[in-house]
Amino acid sequence: MTGTLAAIGAGLAVIGGGIGIGMVGSKAMEAIARQPEAAGDIRASMILMAAFIEGAALIAILLSIFVAK
Amino acid sequence: MKLRFCLLFFVAVLMIGSIYAQNHDGHQHESDATEAPSTVEFSNDSVEVLSTDPIAAEKADAHDVHDHHATFDPGATAIHHISDGNVYTILDVVTLPLPMILYAPDRGWDFFSSGVFHSGHHEDGHKSHLGYVLRHGSVHRVVDPSFSTDIDQDITGFITKTENRDGKDIEIFYAMSGGKEYRLDARSTLDGGVLGGGITSFYDFSISKNVLSMILVSLFLFFIFWSAAKAYKKNPTSAPKGMQSLLETLFVFIRDEVAIPFIGKDKYTRFLPLLMSIFFFILGLNLFGQIPFFGSSNVTGNLTVTMIIALLVFIIVNINGNKQYWAHIFWMPGVPWPVKILLAAVEFMGLFIKPLTLMLRLAGNISAGHIAILSFIGLIFIFGKAGTDMMGSTIGTFMAIPLTLFMMAIELVVAFVQAFVFTLLTATYIGSAIEDAHHAEEHH
Repeated sequence: MTGTLAAIGAGLAVIGGGIGIGMVGSKAMEAIARQPEAAGDIRASMILMAAFIEGAALIAILLSIFVAK
Repeated sequence: MKLRFCLLFFVAVLMIGSIYAQNHDGHQHESDATEAPSTVEFSNDSVEVLSTDPIAAEKADAHDVHDHHATFDPGATAIHHISDGNVYTILDVVTLPLPMILYAPDRGWDFFSSGVFHSGHHEDGHKSHLGYVLRHGSVHRVVDPSFSTDIDQDITGFITKTENRDGKDIEIFYAMSGGKEYRLDARSTLDGGVLGGGITSFYDFSISKNVLSMILVSLFLFFIFWSAAKAYKKNPTSAPKGMQSLLETLFVFIRDEVAIPFIGKDKYTRFLPLLMSIFFFILGLNLFGQIPFFGSSNVTGNLTVTMIIALLVFIIVNINGNKQYWAHIFWMPGVPWPVKILLAAVEFMGLFIKPLTLMLRLAGNISAGHIAILSFIGLIFIFGKAGTDMMGSTIGTFMAIPLTLFMMAIELVVAFVQAFVFTLLTATYIGSAIEDAHHAEEHH
């Protein structure tokens, strides 16, 4: 039971992370389309932001692994 | 010509992979079938029988018929490969012994090499030494006083039983020797029982896999920076070449993009050694963990290691905090007094949560990457039904190898990005601790 709940929790966490990174990516694409010469800066910022959001999702996954063990 | 070579190499790797997967002696890990009975029962399926004769066991490993050969357990294998251990296994055939430094309150200090355990099939020791045994790569102690500690006894197998303690099901390990079972104690941990640990009958201070990896990476970093510094001192005006150009790129990048913007152009030199050390140490450890088969050392994915680095950042940030910093935490200027009290509580929590997130972010990213790679490799064994199905393991190999290559490429990016993010956040916290007062509030 604990294992199943932990797995459900991990899945919910990934939903949040996926939505967040998807929004960052879509805004970055719009920005690059508007101003192609800033593509390098925008790309670097996008990857940095994705690392932060992914960090939050992975913290939840790590905790669910510990709970399930 | 190069393309043909690459193609040939790729096909050779696939073939060897599928043949290796069939080897009974390989990565197969029989599941310690924890069937969670409500009473402590001796369950036949959870016995790993090695052999009474350790020398014959090494030879017979490739051919012995495990009647209780359960199916491959990918979860347990993944957790085993990202955990710390007391032996260093290279390519799964060479087991390097590591120094063991153990302390038990009733025995005192013990120093020996983990080669005395004669570890074989998935890092289980065949012999005990002074009451300590090796199970799945980590050292345990026999708590039964009837177990003789003067001689090295033969261990024939390990059993896992589940006990219900305070409403939680905990796995207790037993060693079998001479037909009897002896209860084992894991090493003490300071997590207060949160992650299943606690203070037990001995403390393990050995040079384990993680410690050895950290020592190796530190020596390597020291060597390459020292040779680069020597080259700079010898020709200070010539263009950099070789290792210097790589190091200079990273060094200048961190100095110009992280240190100066966030700490300030006049104060950053004091903290530059700290930021550089953190960045290159974490980067080196991340990349070292990516080398396949080399002991599978997962150092930065270990919460303890990242906790120490985050603790270091916490101490340095708070020692260097000036009056503005502490005022912003406990008595935020420029807001009405009920909000000040609320903000004091929130900011005080934030004081501890910021290093905590540093620790969890790095450990989670690196651990998750390792678990993903191990799961893809485990696909080979799942499809090959733990080595019994050649066709299945070939299909598994063709599916797993591209996925693993892709995942390893992402892991390289993650290694750089996570080291950079850790350094960036450290610089941000230091910058907020030593910055001068905002003059914006006086402009209202």
